[in-house]
Amino acid sequence: MSLAPPVPVTTNPAKDAALRHLGQWGVFLALAALVLFGWGRYENFLDPFNVMSVLRYNGMFALVALGMAFVIMTGGIDLSVGSTAALASVASALASAHGVVAGLGAGLAAGLLVGTVNAVVIVRLRVLPFIATLATMLAASGCALLLAGNQSVSVSYETGFTELGQGDLLGVPVPAWIAAAAYLAGSVVLNLTALGRTVLAVGGNEDAARLMGLPVDRAKALVYLASGGLAGLAGVILAAQFGAGQPIEGVGWELFAIAAVVVGGTLLTGGVGSVGTTLAGVLLLGLIFNILNFENGLGWISLSAYWQSVVRGVFLLVVVILQSRLAGRAEEA
Amino acid sequence: MTESLAAPAPAGSRRPGWGHRLAPHGALLALVLLILFNAAFTPNFLTWQTLNVNLTQVCATVIVGVGMTLVIATAGIDLSVGSLMAIAGALAPLIFLGHLVPGLSGPPAIVLAFVVPVAVTAALGWFNGWLITRFRIQPIVATLVLFIAGRGIAQVMTNGNLQVFNTPGFQWIALERVAGIPVQAILMAVVVVVAAWALRRTLFGRRVLAVGGNETAARLAGVPVVRVKRGVYALSGALAGVAGLIVVARNSAADANLVGLGVELDAIAAAAVGGTLLTGGRASVVGTLWGALLIQLVRYTLLANGVPDAAALVVKAGIILAAVVLQVRRAP
Amino acid sequence: MAPLLLMQGIDKAFGGVPALQQASLAVEPGEVHALIGQNGAGKSTMIKVMTGSHRRDAGEMVFDGRPVAFANPRAAQDAGIATIHQEINLVPFRSVTENICLGRERRRFGLLDWGAMHRESEALLARFAIRGIDVRRPLMSYPTAVQQMVAIARAVGFSARLVVMDEPTSSLDEAEVEVLFGVIRQLKADGVAVVFVSHRLDELYAVCDRVTVMRDGRTVLSAAMSQVSRFELVRAMLGRDLEQAVHAGTAGTPGREPLMEARHLARGRRVRDVSLSVHSGEIVGLAGLLGSGRSETARLIFGADRPASGDVIVASAGPIDGPAAAIAAGLGYCAEDRKTEGIVPDLSVRENLVLALMPRLTRRGVVDEAQAKAVADRFIARLGVRCASPEQPIRELSGGNQQKVLLARWLCMDPRLMILDEPTRGIDVGAKAEILTLVRELAADGLGVLMISSELEEVVEAASRIFVLRDGVSVAELRGAQVSEDAVMAAMAHGGAAEAPKVRHD
Repeated sequence: MSLAPPVPVTTNPAKDAALRHLGQWGVFLALAALVLFGWGRYENFLDPFNVMSVLRYNGMFALVALGMAFVIMTGGIDLSVGSTAALASVASALASAHGVVAGLGAGLAAGLLVGTVNAVVIVRLRVLPFIATLATMLAASGCALLLAGNQSVSVSYETGFTELGQGDLLGVPVPAWIAAAAYLAGSVVLNLTALGRTVLAVGGNEDAARLMGLPVDRAKALVYLASGGLAGLAGVILAAQFGAGQPIEGVGWELFAIAAVVVGGTLLTGGVGSVGTTLAGVLLLGLIFNILNFENGLGWISLSAYWQSVVRGVFLLVVVILQSRLAGRAEEA
Repeated sequence: MTESLAAPAPAGSRRPGWGHRLAPHGALLALVLLILFNAAFTPNFLTWQTLNVNLTQVCATVIVGVGMTLVIATAGIDLSVGSLMAIAGALAPLIFLGHLVPGLSGPPAIVLAFVVPVAVTAALGWFNGWLITRFRIQPIVATLVLFIAGRGIAQVMTNGNLQVFNTPGFQWIALERVAGIPVQAILMAVVVVVAAWALRRTLFGRRVLAVGGNETAARLAGVPVVRVKRGVYALSGALAGVAGLIVVARNSAADANLVGLGVELDAIAAAAVGGTLLTGGRASVVGTLWGALLIQLVRYTLLANGVPDAAALVVKAGIILAAVVLQVRRAP
Repeated sequence: MAPLLLMQGIDKAFGGVPALQQASLAVEPGEVHALIGQNGAGKSTMIKVMTGSHRRDAGEMVFDGRPVAFANPRAAQDAGIATIHQEINLVPFRSVTENICLGRERRRFGLLDWGAMHRESEALLARFAIRGIDVRRPLMSYPTAVQQMVAIARAVGFSARLVVMDEPTSSLDEAEVEVLFGVIRQLKADGVAVVFVSHRLDELYAVCDRVTVMRDGRTVLSAAMSQVSRFELVRAMLGRDLEQAVHAGTAGTPGREPLMEARHLARGRRVRDVSLSVHSGEIVGLAGLLGSGRSETARLIFGADRPASGDVIVASAGPIDGPAAAIAAGLGYCAEDRKTEGIVPDLSVRENLVLALMPRLTRRGVVDEAQAKAVADRFIARLGVRCASPEQPIRELSGGNQQKVLLARWLCMDPRLMILDEPTRGIDVGAKAEILTLVRELAADGLGVLMISSELEEVVEAASRIFVLRDGVSVAELRGAQVSEDAVMAAMAHGGAAEAPKVRHD
């Protein structure tokens, strides 16, 4: 009896390539284009000062987006990240008098606490992630206000805590270092550990993941925990950067983070995602603001800073329509 | 399957149906208890003043919440309502102050200031529905686009400036009273009653529930699913526009940065507490009213009894979670 | 040689309803064993007992010489029984390697060793002579057949002794099926036994050594493939050992204009060339084995899907380009899956009943409640729907009563043609008889009915004409005296033949 004939492998190169390119390189290309545009058009665009300030200011958004990316990869969502960051900023400001480590630890702990509540409510009580994290968003916001007594809480300037937000290390802002470390760790977890692969499998097909015997619930719990922890770190940076714990900051961060993740090519239905493109998404959205500032600096036309939201929205629109087109094509094939 | 020949009805089907029928009334029950509590322990509770304060606080949330309830009934969600409120709120003063069309003033300007903003937000809502049905984009993402861009549009229109005005012809919608009751509260009541009636009695309302309950079955029964969905988002947009007008009229000022900020989540919370199923198919407009009133009154009660506003947020979170966990338990 | 797997006297009941009664199965090492039966015959339950998803109530199971009782699918896997499910249960967005190695990743210094995993995946695929696959690419960039191979590679690994394949060919085209068969032969050559579930008889003869037929939870036939004819297989699956159903339908009335005519419908792999017609006042049966394209044909006629080619022509009505147009043309369609395609679970019985009628009860956008109530009450009474009140949510009703409400949903529209897809599935005997009687009465009143049923006797008893589908092609039209269970089964087994073939008696 003859053995199996060689399989006539007929891939669909167009679809495959397009998907990969959009997901992997599209956002980098857009980012590069934007940088080139800025470099060509504005005199000081690539000056160290401007580059460093973009990095410094976007560090905390990058952290929040990273956590969100992991949550979305499992097919979930975390609306609580903004107020978690606010809560963490207050906690770390209050603890900053006891030193940098205490401030850092307090913020992180606050974030992990919210993350734990999310994980329990979503995994154990089986509440939809959207509504569960909506509730913890309110709760975290309330806790932040209570803890802060309804006002900003000044950090201690004696312990060097503010260096976490304002300081430089080897000429690069500390928040950028923290974000870089987090992205490196996130990349390792996603690409080089079973947990990372499980996260993607859960988002891609939860039933299949369960049938494969993967620890689905553990992966889901861990991403919410991670998201909380990263939001906590973002809160620490927020407090250190502004010199105060900000109980009412963080409004809308969650949706900004979702937008960055989606622009970065991560599918909101889960199963596809990358750490690097998420960072690119954050920078892309951040640069839009920066470029608008420069444009106004030229003085030729006066575009208000408010255009940034419009441009970001349009960006998001283009990306989701492209994504849906590709998904539709994949379905037909 | 013949395996289930003569099978007894599935276990769930014997359950008496009154449990979930009480669901919309769960919030009402809690509300009544809370009112009784306040009547007994909160000084000066049973006054017009208290009633009006609470009603005006909750008005915009309820009107937006009604639209949200209909959207959720189709198993969707609309995050853009707050931004649409900002757009309507920014447009209206631009029109009646004559900034948009120079020279336009008087009654025609006032009429246009009511009509145009609502028409614009309805169109933007329809755009949400179009994105969702045409490209099969998840409602969360599709409406996120306008959530982000919408407020930007409002800010760009006004250049981020506060528009202050004193135009009684326009502001009656918020400041006028009829028989001691604020017009906005009456408007809210009308919206709730009409929507509740429409959901029960009109073809559109029944189709909304059918689409949310089982889209495939609805389509096979000839329900124009795409049209229903687009209509529901347009309606949500229009109601957000009305709410935006009320808010700016009440404040005698339009601030594109603040109008409607966070209202989408309040509206979703009110709907969830009111017994509307977030997965679609089961919705109660009146329940949303009770849910919003309950959340508002809890806050009021806590404040009146010396508990800080922030703690009320935590309690609100608890109410939402409790309501939803109960729903999960009750769901078949 | 002792069988690799022996199952004997297996009983399994769900909520008191027996799914398996004294079922048995014996699989020899290195053989390809076909397991076939109609929907609900018990083969899925048998497989689930075999692979540890269900626990048996009684009976014994011996695997590899040892009595076994698997607590869960994992235990069965560890013992060497791999399962390929009908739906490819993989993660399409992820790479081939991940899909093969998820859950048993290779690690090096605590981190994933991608190199080793890629090599392992390549080695596994090479074992089945599957070449030209980049294991780093997403699974979804490969055709279904390759995905199936990956599923097999994952399940089989290097250690399976028995592979259960539940309808692996249902979404493959012919060339892909050939590839799959190559893999099966390779497994066999390696001494691995395969339990193969399929409804396509040609495939069974092409690749299987032995066959076990199940019906009503029992094992009714077990033989070498070379010893049984197609007709015997079909008969064992569908036929009853007692008397043949009596054909009671009235003769069709050819010559009249058909009410609905479908010409050469085709869509995808499931429907390739289907032509049929229905006249008013007649019940037309649409018969075929599972997966022959019956439901897909019904959906095409109703406009729920668009045909790739072919036409549906309804007398004195425009083209059918969607359910709304079909309804306007006087068609009604009770879909196969009540739960996902029929009921709106949270709406009341009344709401569900008037769902399609509602536009006609509406004046200026407002539904005439009184009229809706009247219609609902009338049909609830006429069909004998048992419910506490018309306002009861439909999900609380039994299957039979739900089905009656769905029938009423269309009947209240006063349709000209009803398409009934498995109208009696999963409902109790009493309700079944009531529904069939009702259908006959309606046809007598002039309604055209196109009825799909897996229960051959139902079709034969009720229909005046029967179209038989085989692998997506309408292969036979039986009318009048030609209608008999044997004739239908023969057409299912062989295609075109309209008269019953000689039955072999060994």
